[in-house]
Amino acid sequence: MPGPPQLDVWQLALAALLVLANAGASLALQLGLGRQLLVASIRAVVQLLLLGLVLDVVFSADGAVAVVLLMLAMAIVAGVEAVRRTSHRAPGLFGASIGVVTAVGMAITFYGTVGVLGIETWHDPRYVIPILGMILGNTLNGISLGLETVLSGFVEQRARVELLLSFGATRREASRDVVRRAVRTGMIPILNSMAVSGLVSIPGMMTGQMLAGASPLIAARYQIFILFCIASGVALGTVGVVLLATRLLFDERDRLRLDRLTTLAD
Amino acid sequence: MPPLLDVVGLTRAPFLRGVDLSLAAGEIVVLSGRSGAGKSVLLRALSDLDPIDAGRVSLDGRDRATFAAGAWRAQVLLVPQGGPTLAGTVADDLARVAALTRQREHAATLDGAADTAGLSGEAETCHLSGGEAAGLALARALATSPRVLLLDEPTAAMDPERAAAVEHRVRAWVSVPGESRAALWVSHEGSLVERLGARALDLADLGAVSR
Repeated sequence: MPGPPQLDVWQLALAALLVLANAGASLALQLGLGRQLLVASIRAVVQLLLLGLVLDVVFSADGAVAVVLLMLAMAIVAGVEAVRRTSHRAPGLFGASIGVVTAVGMAITFYGTVGVLGIETWHDPRYVIPILGMILGNTLNGISLGLETVLSGFVEQRARVELLLSFGATRREASRDVVRRAVRTGMIPILNSMAVSGLVSIPGMMTGQMLAGASPLIAARYQIFILFCIASGVALGTVGVVLLATRLLFDERDRLRLDRLTTLAD
Repeated sequence: MPPLLDVVGLTRAPFLRGVDLSLAAGEIVVLSGRSGAGKSVLLRALSDLDPIDAGRVSLDGRDRATFAAGAWRAQVLLVPQGGPTLAGTVADDLARVAALTRQREHAATLDGAADTAGLSGEAETCHLSGGEAAGLALARALATSPRVLLLDEPTAAMDPERAAAVEHRVRAWVSVPGESRAALWVSHEGSLVERLGARALDLADLGAVSR
């Protein structure tokens, strides 16, 4: 079977013509988005070409160290980014997020690749890097939604939480409602995308595999596999970070310490 | 015999510096003071909802640190301003609190608390008026048998009739023979001291930082 077209620079330039449609819309409706559109397009080009370059180096280096270092870097960026998207900060929050994202991302990636797919080399970047990337991207969304909900939940529900504490509740009992709502909110996007996958959109990985020449049936099986990996990453990551954030907001006498929380201005 | 609740040198910046206070069994103390002087801060600190910078708090001569946090708070119980309620109906609210007390030696029956507050169990807590919510907060608190009640302007949102009933109920609760109970009542109302037969204290005399 012939491989996909190689996409040279001129072909990319032709694709860039499509962005002109956005520019036209911006111009016609006076949206003033021209600058932003230009910056976003250039950013995307630079970031993706850089990613290709880095991956090319890692793929050809053929060593466990480079792969693991890249995986760690990806996980740390995801952990930081998950917290950066929320409007609250507390000491220890970044550490909690980085720790959970790294542990969950690594564990599921290796369970999926080595355990389920049975790949021969455990650090084969062709498998572990894209799979980790997909898990991290989704887990990041779940965590930032969950974090935002749990932290603003404690601010809004402070009177109720302290009412329960007053009647002798432990921090776990008093925070149960806030925690449950946050985890549920964090899971909404992945549950949605699992529910409509294949109906509304053909998922990115399946598209990629079909473009690369795989049969749709095999591509579908891979997509199911990756969806399960992603879903468990989102669940474990969101639960982990929401619980750790809750732990950070209570002290050793089970007091709700909102003084540890700083809320960023919009 | 040690006082029921004893507070020595309680400090919480920036409001309270070296507050000394003791409540004897059977006593109601009415605490007054300027708005923003730290009365609510003091009550929260006494109930261990906020940490303190220095000082000792004890119940029956037993230091607070030797109590589990939840056990202390349930015995030195804060009834906060505005009478916060839990989600759902009045009955849901009371059932949830009753479930918390079930782990204790004496589980509380809160079945009568809705009646005491003059409310229907089916009423949604989010639809209660300020006065009704405050009434529920007090009835709920009394039914769980704390030792010390910390009342933060409990009748501020009530009509005179309901307020008088609450005053009567707290007075009766404190003086039940054979029980050792006390209440610390924050209020701006001067005549309350006389009606309750209480001791009056001003926070400014206790070591509040005047700013």
